[in-house]
Amino acid sequence: MAELLLDVNNLVTKFKTADGKLSAVRGVSFSVNKGETVCIVGESGCGKSITSLSIMNLLPNNGEISEGSVRFLGQELTKMRQDELRKLRGNKMAMIFQEPMTALNPVFTVGFQIREPLKIHKRLSQREAHRKGIELLKQVGIPYPEKRMSQYSHELSGGMRQRVMIAIALACRPSLLIADEPTTALDVTIQAQILDLIDDLKEELGMGVIMVTHDMGVVAEVADRVMVMYAGEKIEEADVESLFSNPQHPYTKGLLKSVPNVDDRNHQLEAIPGTLPNLNEVITGCRFHNRCEFATEKCRTQSPKTFTVNDEHTVRCWLQEVEQHDESAATASSNQ
Amino acid sequence: MVGLIIRRMLQLVVLLIGISFIVFMSMHLSPGDPASIIGGPTATESDIEAIRNNLGLNDPVLVQYANYMTGVVQGDLGFSYQTKQSVSEAIITRFPNTLNLAIASMIVAVVIGVTAGIISALKQNSWIDVSSTVVSLAGISIPNFWLGTVLILVFSVGLQWLPVGGLSEPFWTIEGMKQLILPAITLGTGSAAMIARMSRSTMLEVIRADFVRTARAKGVKEKTVIWVHALRNAMIPVITVIGLNFGFLLGGTIITEQVFAINGVGRLMIEAIAARDFPMVQGSVLLVAALFVLVNLIVDLIYSVIDPRISYD
Repeated sequence: MAELLLDVNNLVTKFKTADGKLSAVRGVSFSVNKGETVCIVGESGCGKSITSLSIMNLLPNNGEISEGSVRFLGQELTKMRQDELRKLRGNKMAMIFQEPMTALNPVFTVGFQIREPLKIHKRLSQREAHRKGIELLKQVGIPYPEKRMSQYSHELSGGMRQRVMIAIALACRPSLLIADEPTTALDVTIQAQILDLIDDLKEELGMGVIMVTHDMGVVAEVADRVMVMYAGEKIEEADVESLFSNPQHPYTKGLLKSVPNVDDRNHQLEAIPGTLPNLNEVITGCRFHNRCEFATEKCRTQSPKTFTVNDEHTVRCWLQEVEQHDESAATASSNQ
Repeated sequence: MVGLIIRRMLQLVVLLIGISFIVFMSMHLSPGDPASIIGGPTATESDIEAIRNNLGLNDPVLVQYANYMTGVVQGDLGFSYQTKQSVSEAIITRFPNTLNLAIASMIVAVVIGVTAGIISALKQNSWIDVSSTVVSLAGISIPNFWLGTVLILVFSVGLQWLPVGGLSEPFWTIEGMKQLILPAITLGTGSAAMIARMSRSTMLEVIRADFVRTARAKGVKEKTVIWVHALRNAMIPVITVIGLNFGFLLGGTIITEQVFAINGVGRLMIEAIAARDFPMVQGSVLLVAALFVLVNLIVDLIYSVIDPRISYD
């Protein structure tokens, strides 16, 4: 039995705006086991980054977790005081971000930034932290680590900066790593290297990884389990094989169809029509219905419940009701 | 770095020549005759003519300018028409007072400005932020001479806590500091307000930056996040404003020295302008201009210390 690391239950994150409080994450539940990579997939603005920031409690000032629970290593994070949370951040749970250019502080050396978590959480001296920092840079595949320690982020390439970010995140050997689109800002060859690196380090440290991405290629490469989000809701969750071979939600199918296929010259890229609704748009029924070609009257009026496809696979879509009804009818008639 | 300093020094020379020309011409083109002021109300037309000849005021203006510049290049700023004192000497004796006042005002401006700006940014839209904005706008709008007079009325005449004026004691003594407080506040308020506005807006931008979030994600204490990670980044544009404000401060000393009866270069300049004392006016203006350029050079050098992305090599 896999060891449970993180358990998010019915998470609701709201933002105070000029239009009142708007929900960016609407009742999302999922869990991450030790040594497992869970991918959160969806379009930009679907709430995947906000979900990960909610776990770390690093929401912008106007954001707050208004409902639900986040249990990490048995502790409830949503009720924790800031100073207790701070002891976990960068220590037991760490995060890397999309833009390595802006995520590193431009006016401090790489060394300063990598020593910081070691000094805070591991109480290492300046010299010990420096030595450990060099070791970490070496571990993430940075050449001339001694020299890099005294360099600034603008003196490094994009891939190198992301490696530095990873080294900082892994400094205290966290149990959970949240990677928010870590390869989006990098070019393709570097992307593969960074993904491999995260994967290797995951094996080495036995971490759980949450990978936020909109790239189905990344999902196929690294995920054990995938959670698809749309407009703040989890619409489908499955193990990676099941999701790619047997996607259930029309949105998931759309996402998979919108991946270019280089092997097939005649492959037509299918885009999902329409755009993601704004946070302040009021939508009744299924939040995807106005972009869904299969939408029925029920989809327009009632919010779909969660259907189980198999042990590892759940989906929120009314079409399931019809399918499962048909299947049970078929089994019933075949039994007769 | 050395290249930058040399380049700036050469620019300074060109700048000073330009400024001296403009000041020289505007003094000579404006109405008012130094000779008749020196001669006094009883002087006859021939007396005045003699004085004019004596001072070389009858030469063509460009010749006068050339003569003046020949002296300046040799370090001779000429003699005051009014007191016959050497201009350099007069400026050197008065300059420490002006410098003390300017530095004290700058300290007031930076300490109040940066602190108010940061607190406003951290407590955006709170009552502290709103009142700091109102006070800042008032600070920018209130003229120096009025603020100075009100401060004197309240703290010197009314409460009798601080002296009315003068800057006779050295600044490191208690008395000297007491003498500096009101003039420094008078002169520094406008700059404090501008620095506060600038600090607030850059800080607001920086505390939303990704690297601040990274620092929090590393488990850095909130105090360190603000005062180490954010502040150093926020200070880069603020330093520019501080440098530029030093120019306004030097200009402001003219009025503040007058209000507080401080014998500085500013007051020297006013007296010289009133007396059409051309050499004295030119000498003081050149000093102020050179100082302004030097301060901004220092600002540029500070940039490269604060921000490693800026390098002059």
